Amino acid sequence: MIIDINFVGLIIASIMASAVPLILASCGELITERSGVLNLGVEGMMIIGAISGFALMTVTGSLIIAVFGAMLAGVLISTIFAFLTQTLITNHVATGLALTIFGIGISAMIGKNFVGIPGKEFPVLFESLKDTIPLLSPILFGHSVVFYFAFALPFTTSYFLKKTKIGLIVRAVGDSPESASNQGINVKLVRYACILYGGAMCGLAGAYLSMIYTPQWIENMTGGRGWIALALVVFSTWNPIKILIGAMIFGGLTIIQFHMQAIGVRIPVQFLTALPYIVTIIVLVVISRDSRKIRLSTPSSLGKSFYKDN
Amino acid sequence: MHKLFIRSFVSSLVFLFTLTVAAVAKDVKAAFVYIGPTGDHGWTYQHDVGRKAVEAAGFKTTYVEGVPESADAERVLRQLANSGHDVIFTTSFGYMNPTNKVAKEFPNVKFEHATGYKREHPNVATYAARFYEGRAILGTIAGSMTKSNVIGYVASFPIPEVIRGINSFTLAAQKVNPNIKTKIVWAFTWYDPGKEAEAAKALIDQGADIIAQHTDSTAIVQIAEKAGVYAFGQASDMDKFAPKAVLTSVENNWGPYYVERVKAVANGTWNQKDTWHGIGDGMVVISDLDSAIPSDVRSKVKKLQADLASGKVHAFTGPIYDQKGNLMVAEGKTADDGMLAGMMTYVKGVEGDIPK
Repeated sequence: MIIDINFVGLIIASIMASAVPLILASCGELITERSGVLNLGVEGMMIIGAISGFALMTVTGSLIIAVFGAMLAGVLISTIFAFLTQTLITNHVATGLALTIFGIGISAMIGKNFVGIPGKEFPVLFESLKDTIPLLSPILFGHSVVFYFAFALPFTTSYFLKKTKIGLIVRAVGDSPESASNQGINVKLVRYACILYGGAMCGLAGAYLSMIYTPQWIENMTGGRGWIALALVVFSTWNPIKILIGAMIFGGLTIIQFHMQAIGVRIPVQFLTALPYIVTIIVLVVISRDSRKIRLSTPSSLGKSFYKDN
Repeated sequence: MHKLFIRSFVSSLVFLFTLTVAAVAKDVKAAFVYIGPTGDHGWTYQHDVGRKAVEAAGFKTTYVEGVPESADAERVLRQLANSGHDVIFTTSFGYMNPTNKVAKEFPNVKFEHATGYKREHPNVATYAARFYEGRAILGTIAGSMTKSNVIGYVASFPIPEVIRGINSFTLAAQKVNPNIKTKIVWAFTWYDPGKEAEAAKALIDQGADIIAQHTDSTAIVQIAEKAGVYAFGQASDMDKFAPKAVLTSVENNWGPYYVERVKAVANGTWNQKDTWHGIGDGMVVISDLDSAIPSDVRSKVKKLQADLASGKVHAFTGPIYDQKGNLMVAEGKTADDGMLAGMMTYVKGVEGDIPK
């Protein structure tokens, strides 16, 4: 086989494109979890985003309305979760699971009328520069705006958590809501905001799937990516940069295993299909094995409800 | 609130009234059991299109979506049989044993099982479509139109139905172009647009200029459209998803069979049989050929389609060799249905091994 440098660039570009929904959903969930809330409804919020984006695109014809509408839909459905877990103090795990089941069900119901309709072409940026630099230009140019946003997100998230005051407040709320509350921080408000932000990112991740990556609606089209995003957050030990690495490895192995099949590598296909899951976990566990750092970055009150006695 | 109550009360009355009218008009009630959601735009969706044809013919229908091929299937079947349905269509291979088991308990209810082979009781019939005939058409087009001589094929699971399709496709392609290679990628899913898209991309990057698929979503034809290669639609006409890429589609058309069988129940002429219909009976439909197909290929395709329909040509006509060069079907013979139903070896010209 001839290894062409542009061919490598193309493969890397398709790996990045497949990593986008994972990065978006994981970075959103990371903020939620950093504030001490465990929302297992990622898959449900993503699928709601997917159908909302697709439906709005079909009905209004406007891509901007569709993208923001999908994020808003994610916000709305996560508001249910926020109200239940923060105001009514329900169990995070059970509520999150319910959110996923609810999301899958309601998206199927809304989606009934949108099956079998082709999506619209989503505009890409810097298309004209696509053939300028070998290897790099397919990676850098000719992608949707959501793509660029997704690859900036881990860095801005990292900066936000480490260097900004609000980021510090989020972490304080996640580590010790009692102390934060004693400092005059409104714990519930912060957690509400973090949950809604997570919802918006998951909605965007879903919209990316139904509007940009494979522009169509079919039931269950997120295909478990929400659960992978959740796992990435944990295995990356709540570090956005490691989420980026994990999502790239996962997306990369999924695509490379297809290439290996097409080339005719004689490894059992079932093993190849399992490879992305196994390797991603191993790599993330290995790069995150510093126990001191894990202690520092794990939100200690994750999944615990906070009551304010008054 | 008050208004709402009246409105819902009136509408439910109207609903009840139509129900009664329907029940009086035609007594026969048909039920459909689906493996997936009707929103999959693939296998289940096409069965549901068939169900709607039955409804349009004036019969009442019920359907249950997403029924697992386990003990749940038996429960669903028993419930449907108990609630006054006269004929029940079970539309996935895994319902074979539950269908036969429940059929024994309800001798007055007719059962129709898709893609299976067990008819243990007189009230069980089986039916399937010869999709491989459609795939022979696709192979002919692909073999004639490929420039790279590499054809990509996204497969779902290694079962006879899929292997048969790959073989039929490859044999037909070889007939028009002995140099072609079929590269198979197993996606291990029936529908996951993201995965299917990635599989198709990998095949295109590996030099395939025509992509065939045996998975259900439209992601593959969309990827082909973007990459500027050709593709074929699956289960329904996918042309509108990728007007330039889609050369034609193989459509699953269950409606006529469903209507015929439900009518037979109504007339009391229903009998047990094993139906395996192809292009000739209209269960497998070839969508309109794209204008990109040159006229000589077009006439070749039309001729093959007519010959397959009339039975003059069989998609598996010898000599056929397997990958190791062993003779599978002798010269002048055709593969019998038993061989087709259990086909688990690739023919010569397919690359790679069948996953075990």
